[in-house]
Amino acid sequence: MTTTEAPAPAAADAPPGRRTRRRRGPTAPQWAAVGFAAPLLVYLTLFYAYPLWRNVDLSVHDYTIRAFVQGDAEFVGFDKYVEVFTSSTFPTALWNTAVFTFASILFQYAIGLALAVFFRSGFRLSPLLRAMFLVPWLLPLIVSASTWAWMLSSENGIVNSVLGAFGVPQINWLTSPGTALLAVTIANIWLGIPFNLVILHSGLQSIPGEVYEAASLDGAGPWRQFWSVTFPLLRPVSAITLLLGLIYTLKVVDVIWVMTTGGPGDSSTTLAIWSYREAFGTGQPDFSPAAAVGNVLIVIALVFGFLHLQLQRRQEES
Amino acid sequence: MSRRSSRNPWWKTALGVFFTAVMLFPVYWMFNVSLTRTADLRADPPHWFPWAPTTEGYEAVLAQQLPALGTSLLVGLGCVVLTVAIAAPAGYAVAQLRLPGRGTLNFLLLVAQMIPAVVMAMGFYAVYVRLGLLNTVGGLIVADSTIAVPFGVLLYTAFMAGIPRELLQAARVDGANTWRTFVSVVLPLSRNATLTVSLFAFLWAWSDFIFASTLDRNGDLVPITLGIYQYIGNNTTQWNAIMATAVVASVPAAVLLVVAQRFVTAGVTAGAVKD
Repeated sequence: MTTTEAPAPAAADAPPGRRTRRRRGPTAPQWAAVGFAAPLLVYLTLFYAYPLWRNVDLSVHDYTIRAFVQGDAEFVGFDKYVEVFTSSTFPTALWNTAVFTFASILFQYAIGLALAVFFRSGFRLSPLLRAMFLVPWLLPLIVSASTWAWMLSSENGIVNSVLGAFGVPQINWLTSPGTALLAVTIANIWLGIPFNLVILHSGLQSIPGEVYEAASLDGAGPWRQFWSVTFPLLRPVSAITLLLGLIYTLKVVDVIWVMTTGGPGDSSTTLAIWSYREAFGTGQPDFSPAAAVGNVLIVIALVFGFLHLQLQRRQEES
Repeated sequence: MSRRSSRNPWWKTALGVFFTAVMLFPVYWMFNVSLTRTADLRADPPHWFPWAPTTEGYEAVLAQQLPALGTSLLVGLGCVVLTVAIAAPAGYAVAQLRLPGRGTLNFLLLVAQMIPAVVMAMGFYAVYVRLGLLNTVGGLIVADSTIAVPFGVLLYTAFMAGIPRELLQAARVDGANTWRTFVSVVLPLSRNATLTVSLFAFLWAWSDFIFASTLDRNGDLVPITLGIYQYIGNNTTQWNAIMATAVVASVPAAVLLVVAQRFVTAGVTAGAVKD
């Protein structure tokens, strides 16, 4: 990646055609480059920019399913946004999104890091076991979500059965307002551990072994080594991992929808779920508020996205 | 041998096996339930092992879900072809041909990956309703490919930037034009990148639920994820059949993990860790 701009000496003995790049206006090789990138540019315009534009358009009109087909929806400006912000679901969805996202990435990261450090020592079978840890991440989300739904089911679930053996009374994980968000968060933490493990493990590989040898010569035990060597040196990778996790978790729909559909009531409704439910989850699609919620979600995702890019740029400079 | 065993005590392996077992318990449970007889599903306590395995669930899958599996395969392969066809030339343009504005393009691709799928689904729905592309396999392939294309371009760019310039210059000296160089030098050298991109494009399309449930919910050909979802809605008592479908839907993931584990790891770490 970093070698893209590196071969400056190679440019010196490049054919003369390349040196004309300094002049204004595209050169022949640059036209070739545009040609090779053309399918992508057309693709991004048609299948990213246009749907996103349609989405903005949806949010400032009053679209019903009929107006959808006929294309005669009334322009309502920011009314739909006002409707969304003043809705009683908004504070709940915002709070649930925050709890779901932060609890998920915090535990995914902590568990992923602990496992990465554990697997770093490279004992027998460790590559095989590490590979098996990838399984939850590769399964289709709907498969994992429905498995968790059955495991957490009130009467026949294995989780309640095990807890019951220790004398815990039956917990209605998915159907009581107090535990629904907790249940989907647990499932989501499980889903995210492999991603964190793989990235953090490969981050650990880039810490030279001599650093640890020096630390242990200085008499640092494993605990001390972790906090004064591993953790500080891993900070750039950790920051990127957490931010990527954040961006992914903000958009989660499948897991929550399959397990609780955001219920009971609004108790496990996040912004993404709210948007999905308004547009596709009920018999009566209400696209305009759904698009408004979706656009609010984009803004939140982009704020953290830019933070990520900023962080990455600063790392490249250092 | 003795040196290694003294440095890597057996208890670490034992602990590792234990952690893996805990982590994979839900996967085991899915498998276990898929083999449980309907009468035993409500047993209390639940059966920890399928002592009396049944194939009821799998028979139901074979009888009802074969078309859905075929659709998913078609969508996955279509998505792979579309993604590679768009991402590989674009990666070449950015990495080797010094595309004007490549910094902006890179930035846009990173931003594109941050857009929630539910928002894209609504936009696509609005577009498809007018074009009559709802409930078509082609429409679903295009929508699914939006998950993989930005990732694909970034991965190809990173990989192709590592191809030594001398090789491409040698090809040019031999009289190959830009297109020839791309087809007969760059593409073959980028085989690993193509494998990684294809693998993820397939897996993401195969696993997609959001686009399938919004753009293809009433189609004649629905993918397997939607098959499972409709199953859950229709007969909540037949959890062995649901879990059997889930097991079958997990087969591609398992196969890819066994066959191409290092490409999976390469894909996960691409972009997140720089060295």
